[in-house]
Amino acid sequence: MGSQSSHPSAIPQLEEIMQETGFSQASVVRLYDRFQALDKEQKGSLSKYDLQGIGELAVNPLGDRIINAFFKEGEELTDFRSFIRVLAHFRPVEKGRSKEAGHPEPINSRLSKLQFAFQLYDQDSDGKISRAEMLQVLQLMVGIQVTEEQLACIVERTIQEADRDGDGAISFEEFAMSVEKLNIEQKMSLRMLK
Amino acid sequence: MEDLGSAVVQVLSVWLTLVFTLILLPSVFGMSLGISELYMRLLVKTLEWATRRIQKGVRQQQAQSLKDSASSGIIQRDETSMEMEIAGLRRVDFELSDVFYFSKKGVEAIVEDEVTQRFSSEELVSWNLLTRTNVNFHYISLRLTILWVLGVLIRYCLLLPLRITLAAIGIVSMIGGTTLVGQLPNSSAKNWLSELVHLTCSRILVRALSGTITYHNKENRPQKGGICVANHTSPIDVLILTNDGCYAMVGQAHGGLMGLIQRSTVKASPHVWFERSEMKDRHLVTKRLREHVADKNKLPILIFPEGTCINNTSVMMFKKGSFEIGGTIYPVAIKYDPQFGDAFWNSSKYDIVSYLLRIMTSWAIVCNVWYMPPMVREEGEDAVQFANRVKSAIALQGGLTELPWDGGLKRAKVKDIFKEEQQKNYSKMIVGNGSTGNLSEGVE
Repeated sequence: MGSQSSHPSAIPQLEEIMQETGFSQASVVRLYDRFQALDKEQKGSLSKYDLQGIGELAVNPLGDRIINAFFKEGEELTDFRSFIRVLAHFRPVEKGRSKEAGHPEPINSRLSKLQFAFQLYDQDSDGKISRAEMLQVLQLMVGIQVTEEQLACIVERTIQEADRDGDGAISFEEFAMSVEKLNIEQKMSLRMLK
Repeated sequence: MEDLGSAVVQVLSVWLTLVFTLILLPSVFGMSLGISELYMRLLVKTLEWATRRIQKGVRQQQAQSLKDSASSGIIQRDETSMEMEIAGLRRVDFELSDVFYFSKKGVEAIVEDEVTQRFSSEELVSWNLLTRTNVNFHYISLRLTILWVLGVLIRYCLLLPLRITLAAIGIVSMIGGTTLVGQLPNSSAKNWLSELVHLTCSRILVRALSGTITYHNKENRPQKGGICVANHTSPIDVLILTNDGCYAMVGQAHGGLMGLIQRSTVKASPHVWFERSEMKDRHLVTKRLREHVADKNKLPILIFPEGTCINNTSVMMFKKGSFEIGGTIYPVAIKYDPQFGDAFWNSSKYDIVSYLLRIMTSWAIVCNVWYMPPMVREEGEDAVQFANRVKSAIALQGGLTELPWDGGLKRAKVKDIFKEEQQKNYSKMIVGNGSTGNLSEGVE
């Protein structure tokens, strides 16, 4: 944590951000401080290199994929608004709030969290997790510890279990169904301290 | 015009005489006249009063509450291990949902990680009347503001010139004194004189920072032929330690003023300065240090194994190089009190001159130094384990947290070997030592 805390007026588009992400003003301020702490060269945006400098993220097997989730296709930098929008996926779900008709899906709903996870698999964004894509993710998570044959078996078995329409790939609906019993809200949420 | 000129000269001479008698002379003998103690007592009383006012003011205004601890986090961390989160009660296997664990951990690290926060200054529990630490403290009362203005005046107009004078005198006498002593032929008299010069100049420089240092366990002070290791917070650490004893410094040869000091001090006392090119050759470095340590008449070496400045709330990985030299290690723990002035040098934010100015315009530098009993490498212990053992001892004594991360993370990326450990753990879960159902055939 830095020794200087930002003043709310220093944050661009504060109202829109609070509206879009649902974070409280205090949380936005704290995340802005964090954004600035990571932005070592004070350029107002983050590069992939800045995020790669975080030790705990660099040892995460899916670290690079998670970093890529913050950057739009082909872009090298991300601004604070995009940064916090991605973080908002991990905001805990409010209890007792049902989806209002006609309103866009909240960014931290169960569906949105699942979409975030789906994206980690589906790199070419064609809406399906192919065998190759699943193999890639598995390889990231196990490194050199497991052989290709073993991984291929695992992929085969997983696809057979989840694939319902028999097209050899897992669509988003099939993905959602295979994890429907899980407590996604808890597994994909970060509790902010006040 | 002449009257003004002579008046200025008179003031200056009175000023210098005062400085000489009250500060410089006692430095030579290592005595203290008690002026700085008086200053510290006043300062402590004032800050306590200010804290009470702030707390009263906050309660009245019902503003946001002061943070309970100086290191409150942003998010609540789930401390369950990878095994519990992913495998839990199910049989060993891969599931589509395993990515959830890693993505959550990843995003947690992006929001808050243990290491990045160690490279920025510690947050204070209550304001200490310095603008630079004014984080959440709003306007409370008129009296407090007046006190703050008074503080600014005292610090910038009274203390700063005094400190700069002292620092200049200290540096000049260091260079001059050691050069003079260096002319003498090698003898025990030369060593005694050299120690005197080093100690005196150190004391002058410490007073230039209004340093109040408490040394604990002086009986464990590093002996000749040993190696002294300490945690690193700022370049001031060297002064803090040389204020109380003589050491042989180890470091890279610089240019400029620093280089001048290095060249003159090495004539009087056998410090070990390496050229930049020599630093790359680890064997050469270890060899030279080993030779130094083997000579029991030489002063103990002073090394900071973290390799970089950390913000004094934690101790990071000790580089094993210092622990491969052999000899007895004398650990020393240094803990600064951030209430009176922040000693941490954030080299990516401030250069050395701005840093020194900040130090000289703080109230004071207050710290505790603990000398710890000597440690040697045990049978069957390699350098890394020994380094970790010493690190734990220092962290425990100084009340700092221990982190396994390399301080070099400030500038460089982490090694792949740590990622492999995570991958190993995960693989064990989904493959489970080669005994899962239809995978058992054809498994290596």
